[in-house]
Amino acid sequence: MTKKDPIVSVKHLKQYFNVGKPDEVKAVDDISFDIYPGETLGLVGESGSGKSTTGRDIIRLYDPTDGEIDFEGKNISKLKRKQMKDFRSQMQMIFQDPYASLNPRMKVEDIIAEGLDINHLVKNADERDKRVHELLHLVNLNEEHASRYPYEFSGGQRQRIGIARALAVKPKFIIADEPISALDVSVQAQVVNLMQDIQEKEGLTYLFIAHDLSMVKYISDRIAVMYNGKIVEMADTDELYNHPLHKYTQSLLSAVPVPDPHSEKQHKIIKFDHSKPFKDDQYLQEVTPGHWLYCSDEEAKQYK
Amino acid sequence: MAQKVLDVKDLSIDFDTLNGTVKAIRDVSFHLDKGETLALVGESGSGKSITVRTIMRLLADNETITNGTIDFEGKDILKESKKEMDKIRGGKIAMISQDPMTSLDPTMNIGNQVAEPLRVHEGMSKHKALEQAAEVLEEVGIPNARERMRDYPHQFSGGQRQRIVIAMAIIDNPDVLIADEPTTALDVTVQAQIIKLLKDLKDKIGTSIIFITHDLGVVANIADRVAVMYAGKIVEYGTVDDIFYNPQHPYTWGLLDSMPTLSMNSDRLNTIPGTPPNLINPPKGDAFYARNKYALKIDHEKQPPFFKVSDTHYAATWLLDKRAPKVTPPESIQKRQAEFKKRGEADHD
Ligand SMILES: Nc1ncnc2c1ncn2[C@@H]1O[C@H](COP(=O)(O)OP(=O)(O)OP(=O)(O)O)[C@@H](O)[C@H]1O
Ligand SMILES: Nc1ncnc2c1ncn2[C@@H]1O[C@H](COP(=O)(O)OP(=O)(O)OP(=O)(O)O)[C@@H](O)[C@H]1O
Ligand SMILES: [Mg+2]
Ligand SMILES: [Mg+2]
Repeated sequence: MTKKDPIVSVKHLKQYFNVGKPDEVKAVDDISFDIYPGETLGLVGESGSGKSTTGRDIIRLYDPTDGEIDFEGKNISKLKRKQMKDFRSQMQMIFQDPYASLNPRMKVEDIIAEGLDINHLVKNADERDKRVHELLHLVNLNEEHASRYPYEFSGGQRQRIGIARALAVKPKFIIADEPISALDVSVQAQVVNLMQDIQEKEGLTYLFIAHDLSMVKYISDRIAVMYNGKIVEMADTDELYNHPLHKYTQSLLSAVPVPDPHSEKQHKIIKFDHSKPFKDDQYLQEVTPGHWLYCSDEEAKQYK
Repeated sequence: MAQKVLDVKDLSIDFDTLNGTVKAIRDVSFHLDKGETLALVGESGSGKSITVRTIMRLLADNETITNGTIDFEGKDILKESKKEMDKIRGGKIAMISQDPMTSLDPTMNIGNQVAEPLRVHEGMSKHKALEQAAEVLEEVGIPNARERMRDYPHQFSGGQRQRIVIAMAIIDNPDVLIADEPTTALDVTVQAQIIKLLKDLKDKIGTSIIFITHDLGVVANIADRVAVMYAGKIVEYGTVDDIFYNPQHPYTWGLLDSMPTLSMNSDRLNTIPGTPPNLINPPKGDAFYARNKYALKIDHEKQPPFFKVSDTHYAATWLLDKRAPKVTPPESIQKRQAEFKKRGEADHD
């Protein structure tokens, strides 16, 4: 059996900020992974570990410090902003901070239709309106919202505008950076069901960044865990939840709050020692088929 | 008797929009006891943020308070002078707002921003205030906090910005802390750390907290009481146990039912079908009517009053009227309850 070719392939990606200064940050520090067509790769991990930066590198909002990003086999990491235009309708990002990512002077209908206009995807105003209304309904808003401005919406409603905008151009690949954390659980469930429906219908691929591990578990085929600029573990979803190997993953899973007051009040969390997280001889390697762990060759032996 | 620090009565708020007047908050009343944590949960767009922003008297240009009072220390906040409000805001009552970027000044480094409440409200020297700011930034878990004091907000990750806002809100030991989704951008271990920090604050100086979140696991952990909002109204409130173990309102059922759990294995998530009503013309009866599969005819015609379930627990649903047919909560809710019970018993062994 041959595995499908990846739609996105990230190789030794590095993104450093404030290089050479006392506040230098190695936001992303040599990570490699593939995303296959039609799958959802969940990206979870420590706040500040480089998840959004990874997303922003892939969609080329940043120029990577080092490494390579392939989209459908083509290296896009060196493309100039202008050359990226061709990819913009194929690759979309739902941003973590919905307020900062919506132009406050634009009406919602124009925000959503921007991609349609740029890529000439609608023939006339009627068709444009129709499509915008369709998209609003899809994310559980209504046409009354079309003529409003972003500040007139709640946090969760803004997030849904960002989702509608991303879906508008019918992309192949979506980077969803915390697309649902601002929504109530019932709308979360609606959006997640919706994302899955569209995925099935259109064969979409997702990179799904989130902190809600029960939602991530539900939506992802595979999961990568980031810590301090590195991927420390990556595996199929069930495998990762049932057999977490890295201490950080174990700590993270143990900290998921349970919606049950009695047991939650005695909740114990596995502590992770942040003082010396990495050793020089460690790297991300496949310790059992499909299960990747950041460890040394010596450590890997016990799993093989 | 617990002492009330904050008492919101009959609050109603309108927004003027091009399409008409949005009646966003409709007759909301609740109170906050000293030292307690009240969780405000509910539908996205139901008015949680608007309600708490009003306590801080942060109003949008097109916003009008049409009715209501907010008592704080024996005075109505809604009638305080601007000068008095400036003293209260960020001092006695502090808020962690939902969009960290909107409450951070992009042109000011984070050290100065976090230190500002101490400078303004306590008249502290710059040097001392910055020293304390560094300590609080370390407490909320900003790595290399001391080295990064001179960095600007855009240089931090979403969750780090959120923690910077938290640091700013707690630095001056507020009496009332309003936390609007303070942990949504945080990973669960940092979230646990922040929750612990807030609990310590509560134990140390008796801070009362209003905590807005969509994460019912967090509610289970931190809340003493819970109020559930839908379409501009509170539809149910009670102790955290009342709401999780004995929910009464069909919207609360729907909400509890939509949560995936780590132990769950199903193909599709439960949702509440339909969309919330347009609040330009709010329905005459119960706003949840159209989406409520247990709705009675009267729900369509008349708004349900609050029915008393127990001394601590009230719900606004006609299902609690003596004349209503007896309904049992959906099976999945009962299943969850059974699971809770089992776990509870196991924990005791
Ligand atoms: N423009 C920038 N300048 C300097 N440092 C930056 C910049 N952008 C991000 N960083 C730093 O890079 C690291 C990774 O940030 P990133 O936003 O990718 O984290 P994240 O994993 O998305 O976190 P969160 O879960 O909190 O959103 C953080 O330490 C952050 O402070
Ligand atoms: N300036 C405004 N003009 C018109 N309508 C507004 C304005 N601000 C808020 N609204 C509306 O008021 C309602 C309540 O908004 P609010 O931000 O309080 O919701 P919320 O419960 O905090 O939701 P979320 O969970 O999504 O943050 C929403 O329907 C929103 O669209
Ligand atoms: Mg991020
Ligand atoms: Mg809100």
